[in-house]
Amino acid sequence: MNCEAIKDQCCCGEESDQQKYIRIAEIIDNYKNREGSLTQVLYISQTIYGYLPLELQIFIAKGMDTPLAEVSGIITFSNFFSTQPRGNHTIKVCMGTACYVRGGKKLVDRLENILSIQVGETSEDRKYSLEVAQCLGACGLAPAMMIDEVLYKQVSPDRLKAILAKY
Amino acid sequence: MINLIINDKPVSTMAGLTILEAAKQNKIDIPNLCNLEGVHKFGACRLCVVEVEGSKNLQASCMVQVSEGMVVHTNTDNVRKVRKNLFELMISNHPQDCLHCERNLKCELQAMGKRLGVTQDRFAGQSSGGTNDSSPAITRDMAKCILCRRCVTACNELQNVGILNAQNRGFETVVGTAMELPLNTVNCTYCGQCTAVCPVGALKETDALQSVWEAINDKSKRVIVQVDPAVRVAIGEEFGYASETQLTGQLIAGLREIGFNDVFDTNFAADLSVIEASTEFLTRMKHSLDSLEVSLPVMTSCSPALIKYVEHNYPERLDNLSTCKSPHTMLGALAKSYYAETIKVDPQDMYVVSIMPCTAKKFEISRPEMKNNGLPNVDAVLTTRELARMIKEAGIDLRNLDEGQFDQPFTRSSGAAELFGVSGGVMEATIRTIYERVTGRELPFSTLQVTPMIEADQIQDIELRLDNPVEAFQFLEGVTLKGAVASGLRGAKILLDQISKGESPYHFIEVMGCPGGCISGGGQPRPTTPEIRQQRCLAIYQEDEGKAFRKAHENMDVIELYKDFLKEPNGQKSQDLLHTHYTKRGKFNELS
Repeated sequence: MNCEAIKDQCCCGEESDQQKYIRIAEIIDNYKNREGSLTQVLYISQTIYGYLPLELQIFIAKGMDTPLAEVSGIITFSNFFSTQPRGNHTIKVCMGTACYVRGGKKLVDRLENILSIQVGETSEDRKYSLEVAQCLGACGLAPAMMIDEVLYKQVSPDRLKAILAKY
Repeated sequence: MINLIINDKPVSTMAGLTILEAAKQNKIDIPNLCNLEGVHKFGACRLCVVEVEGSKNLQASCMVQVSEGMVVHTNTDNVRKVRKNLFELMISNHPQDCLHCERNLKCELQAMGKRLGVTQDRFAGQSSGGTNDSSPAITRDMAKCILCRRCVTACNELQNVGILNAQNRGFETVVGTAMELPLNTVNCTYCGQCTAVCPVGALKETDALQSVWEAINDKSKRVIVQVDPAVRVAIGEEFGYASETQLTGQLIAGLREIGFNDVFDTNFAADLSVIEASTEFLTRMKHSLDSLEVSLPVMTSCSPALIKYVEHNYPERLDNLSTCKSPHTMLGALAKSYYAETIKVDPQDMYVVSIMPCTAKKFEISRPEMKNNGLPNVDAVLTTRELARMIKEAGIDLRNLDEGQFDQPFTRSSGAAELFGVSGGVMEATIRTIYERVTGRELPFSTLQVTPMIEADQIQDIELRLDNPVEAFQFLEGVTLKGAVASGLRGAKILLDQISKGESPYHFIEVMGCPGGCISGGGQPRPTTPEIRQQRCLAIYQEDEGKAFRKAHENMDVIELYKDFLKEPNGQKSQDLLHTHYTKRGKFNELS
């Protein structure tokens, strides 16, 4: 991903929806005539808007002059994209083999309990989204989980409340 | 040339061909399912796997190109075993309701199982499910989808509509609309090309057969049927008759036997629409030459798929569409007015059925614009495929019937009307009439025929210079009329983009929503291969040449109708009954 994308990574929620749409329109203008750039546009749009609801998909399809079914096809294909609102923080619990056998599933269960949501959902206060990852590449630190860009190693279910309290 | 060996047989073939194509050229038939010649090459089903010496794995012969010295085996024990396994996996989540599936005995998946010799179903497992979505024209039963993606290619590449695509991933993959929106809420044109290529029962026309049977059984109803020319040249395929079999007469007799009270010829209305459309066109030309505000070029309006395509994608260009209703709705409107008066039947008690090669016409008749006095012009549309089912249900063997005649007063039709079934035909029919009306002279060509359009992308230009016109058309002296014919919605896009940019050099444009015209419509027998399309096309041209008269304005029944009832082309009665308007929808229905 290029620097433009990083510059646009802002989920602080202070921007109005209208401002976000204006920024996405600029992104579309930039990428419009570059072949194969739809995924990039979707990526950046999600970092700006937080998720990709149907209205935004239509906005992008129109701007990129691409069929809507293709836009939604990419969004529903990739785990990265979400059509539901996401929390300010994304929790990814590793369910790779090593983490699974060392209690990854227990972490998921406890988190579902604490946050009153299922995997793939967002807590009611929009603070957390809960996801599972197939391998975070930290098998030696199992069971591992990440909140946004921070990795937590050898997590036990009882530590979860304390970890969440930091956010 | 490339030299390779297939099944121990040395073979020379052009470079760039796939193994499947090279084998076919050399009369070696490799089983294949998802591949659709000239349309769809995707490698989804893998059933066409072959052994290529030196390759670790079996190769999908529809995707791998031939190369020099290649050694291919299409028929080893391993290949046969793998194909059977693949097939069993494919049906592992396919509903086993073949006995009452509409595609029973006409299903490509079923036929493939038989061909591969599959006798067991070891992997039956979880069903991937899928939505059941019914629109006025097309019904999707996605549990039956085998993910071959032919429909995706037809919708995106062939027609440039793009409402279908693969959604989700892995076991959850479905072919569908964005976010699984129902078909009637997206910008589907209902052209039905997806239903024409679907190998299984996943995509089909929305059934109207039941309501037609009910109307026939209702003795208080006067049930009227009309038949489109493209249906007549294709219906025989459903019964395995040779394609050149002329069945119009038998079909008329068969429809009477089924119980229809009147059997009319849609071609009659095609002639009528030539008169109405050419009058509308000449009026617009006059206004344009007088520098009045008028929309040119005029686009034909017989294809309901094109109409919906323009409404969604070029809502600002609706004025370029001819205001003429499509021929079958014209006939329906006349049946429930002129004919109802003649036979003294309350139009409320009439039930008009159109047999069409088209799925979009099922939607067309539900439009509020296609109503007069609160009654729909046409009550039901059956596709060619539904007609075949109806004939079979009724136990009728067309070949055993004596030839029937169309009923009066919508009986006779010109050769020009037959041509409505092929791409380029409406253009030609209109030129035949315009030339003679404007110049008062007979056409200088003995066999004027716009070359049939076969390729999907083709745009064909037509020019017609008008010299020494009769007095009423003096304004056309020395004018060269420019026309264009586009086949399929992909071609329509090219012409509509030109119009939008103000760069269209044309006065008159014919667009058929389906590539090749109605003969390859979405409601036609499956499959429509290039060869079959060619045969249907030739049959249409033969019908034209065999007709007693070949120009719309020579149709005595049409002349009679004007004298008796309509009075003049584009007159008040015509405007009320035969002309219409359209709806701005916008690409995402945001305007409607």
